[in-house]
Amino acid sequence: MFSGAASTIATKVDSAFLFILAICVVMLLLITFLMVYFVIKYRRDKNPTPTNIEGNFLLEVVWTVVPTLLVIAMFYYGWIGYREMETIPEDAMAVKVTAQMWSWSFEYDNGTRSDELAVPINKPVKLELFSRDVLHSLYVPAFRIKKDVVPGIPTSLWFTADEEGTYDVLCTEYCGVRHSAMLSRVVVMPQDRFAAWMAGKVTQEAAEPVGRELLESQGCLGCHSLDGSRIVGPTFKGIFGRKGLVLTDGAEREIVADEAYLRRSILKPNADVVVGYPPIMPSQEGILSDAQIDAIVEHLKTVK
Amino acid sequence: MSDTSSVAYGSHASGRSYLVEGGRYSGILSWLLTTDHKRIAILYLISVLALYFVGITLGVLMRLELLTPGETIVKAQTYNAMFTLHGVIMIFLFVIPAVPAIFGNFCLPILIGAKDVAFPRINLMSWYLYIGGAMIAVIALFTGGGPPDTGWTFYAPYSLRTGTNVTLGVFAAFVLGFSSILTGLNFVTTIHRLRAPGMTWNRMPLFVWATYATAWVQVLATPIIGITLLLVILERFFGVGIFDPTKGGDPILFQHLFWIYSHPAVYIMILPGMGVITEIIPVFARRTIFGYKAIAYSSVAIAALGSLVWGHHMFVSGQSYTANVIFSFITFLVAIPSAIKVFNWVATLYKGSILIAPPFLFALAFIFLFSIGGLTGLMQGALSVNVHIHDTYFVVGHFHYVMFGGTAFAFFAGLHYWYPKMFGRMYSQRTATLACTIMFIGFNVFYFTMLVLGLQGMPRRYYDFLPQFQMGHTIATVGSWILVTGLIIMFANLLMGLRKGERAAADPWGGKTLEWQIPSPPPHENFEEIPVIDRGAYDYD
Ligand code: HEM
Ligand SMILES: [Cu+2]
Ligand SMILES: [Cu+2]
Repeated sequence: MFSGAASTIATKVDSAFLFILAICVVMLLLITFLMVYFVIKYRRDKNPTPTNIEGNFLLEVVWTVVPTLLVIAMFYYGWIGYREMETIPEDAMAVKVTAQMWSWSFEYDNGTRSDELAVPINKPVKLELFSRDVLHSLYVPAFRIKKDVVPGIPTSLWFTADEEGTYDVLCTEYCGVRHSAMLSRVVVMPQDRFAAWMAGKVTQEAAEPVGRELLESQGCLGCHSLDGSRIVGPTFKGIFGRKGLVLTDGAEREIVADEAYLRRSILKPNADVVVGYPPIMPSQEGILSDAQIDAIVEHLKTVK
Repeated sequence: MSDTSSVAYGSHASGRSYLVEGGRYSGILSWLLTTDHKRIAILYLISVLALYFVGITLGVLMRLELLTPGETIVKAQTYNAMFTLHGVIMIFLFVIPAVPAIFGNFCLPILIGAKDVAFPRINLMSWYLYIGGAMIAVIALFTGGGPPDTGWTFYAPYSLRTGTNVTLGVFAAFVLGFSSILTGLNFVTTIHRLRAPGMTWNRMPLFVWATYATAWVQVLATPIIGITLLLVILERFFGVGIFDPTKGGDPILFQHLFWIYSHPAVYIMILPGMGVITEIIPVFARRTIFGYKAIAYSSVAIAALGSLVWGHHMFVSGQSYTANVIFSFITFLVAIPSAIKVFNWVATLYKGSILIAPPFLFALAFIFLFSIGGLTGLMQGALSVNVHIHDTYFVVGHFHYVMFGGTAFAFFAGLHYWYPKMFGRMYSQRTATLACTIMFIGFNVFYFTMLVLGLQGMPRRYYDFLPQFQMGHTIATVGSWILVTGLIIMFANLLMGLRKGERAAADPWGGKTLEWQIPSPPPHENFEEIPVIDRGAYDYD
């Protein structure tokens, strides 16, 4: 179609689209041509006396039946492609996708996490979608796939990438102020490179959890900047030891961002809400381990 | 029958124009407390257009923001509030009421030979509810947590969580719903009870048929959105778990309830516009309409089938496979009655004696733009294709083709058509032609580009965009400037015509329906004597 097709289903979607497009173009040209032709041919100075024709039963039947057959063909074409999209192969590699305002996180069978999706080429991949807050929708234009991520209701979709490369992942269900920044990428690589990538991830994670990487993979940086600019939440720049006003149960109080405060803000973000910011951060309880939270707090001390 | 009897309807020695003769009150009160359907139409005309200008301004500012990636003129939160407000205004305050509340009110009683609608006071109340709803929407912008930022669809659970003033915004839509229901109720009753003697169903002008079908949808579907919006308010205020999954609610339920109304609502938006086009075409072709019954019954078919396709907005929502297949199938069926109308309009031009004047040009533009709207609807109705283009600019392009290219162009066509009747004067036809041409060009540059952007994968409701979409956004923004230029010329021309335009005759276009048989502007009571009808609406012999 217009953006390169990089999955097995993409070519099928495109051919259904082209089939419908061709019929539509013919219809539009026909209507427009007749309209313009009649207007020119029968304009008042050329044709001062009109002929009254009240209708024609045969014509009405023809232009009811022919479009009916055409739309049934379109319906069928769209349906068979969709049937394939909804039939997930047994041997598909499962990846758990977690969406939250405003980031994506991808988790593989072996527990490895990443903020970008790496997949082997020519292998079916099944994405199981979970939301931590509101609706999102996972969209990969190059693969022609999309599915809403619904809090409380697991959804899923699948694809087989058949072209190496890096493709955009976009959120297409409006989810708040940074909806348009809720982006990621799919990297399609040969099987051996994928294995190497996975091995690299595993060793990296086995080593001490690195605070900086957690900030990225958990989506913290979607809302908190490192450079002092204001995104949605307060910046991390100089956060450790910073004094500030927070709302606790509706009452303002002053705090100092020490270790205890930082931990509480990660686990129970809405207990103390920094004045001037919306109470929208999702709790990380049950998502980050103690060691990971320690790593993050240690890292925050260094963001100056 | 000869023309002498129709001239007789117009012999009003005593009746003064409705613009002068206000009834019981005088001055401004003769407008604000009027129960004359024609004056109420003018009240709607002024208020709907005022809000339309606000909507357009927001649209142009949004396009300006999207001229370059990142921040161009406003911040993300402001942008999100802008598209929400733009949508709410355009849908609830412009496209839904424009044709029925303005031309329906003005023409419907006259077209069936009545002196007024069945419930004139309820008619006035509808206008006050409209104004009330609009005011609440404005108050919502400046109070509470700031302007709502959910989009006009108010999807849960975001609409339950956001700190912005969603409650009041939703309440505004709730109040507007009542305005719409009451107008519908009034029209249904009027058409059933107040037709002049001899005005059988199959002699009714097709605009009346279209309004009739619409009115039923307004009465039957609008309560559902009312209840849904109340549930959102309940949930926001009292934490009842209806839609929020963390409280045991179901966010998909919200989408069902929302679209059970909002899909039929798209027919509330388009059917009256189609009715306007059906009035205009035979008049300028100076011949009878082709396929009267096909056009009349297709309105009813659209209204009926259109109530069963709401699920096509939810193909990727996680809705069941079976439901998707069925909804897709019915969606394709609903396209057929629309196609039938288009074919009959085109056939009406055949062997006509065609006068090319502004109302007719707008009608031709309508047919072309609406066709693109309908055909892109087919593309979206196909399941596999929908998955790719759902919630992208393709959808945005599609609904602008149907609602702007369709309903709004039909509204402009009607405005140019009935203007001499409403105000007794004529605008400059040359300027109107120029405006129509500029708008048509701008429109396509703008919205066709959106279709292409959507196919490339540009999601809707995006404040920012990736570099590959830059070209499309630049072209669309330039298109928006051309379109607005046309709009400004068109409205300026109409305003000038009010003061400077030539006096219009009773029947400047050579129409055969009843409104053209009475003076321009019509007298307070419409008809001195209720006419007796003994022929079809489009008898040109
Ligand atoms: C042949 C007739 C039509 C067909 C087959 C059709 C089909 C569709 C489909 C399948 C969608 C869902 C797209 C998506 O979100 O994935 C859609 C969206 C939409 N359509 Fe149509 N449509 C038709 C005519 C109309 C008309 C007449 C109107 C209004 C006057 C209209 C207004 C809309 C609107 C407002 C949306 C988008 C709603 C939103 O997401 O905000 N459509 N249409
Ligand atoms: Cu999003
Ligand atoms: Cu719909």
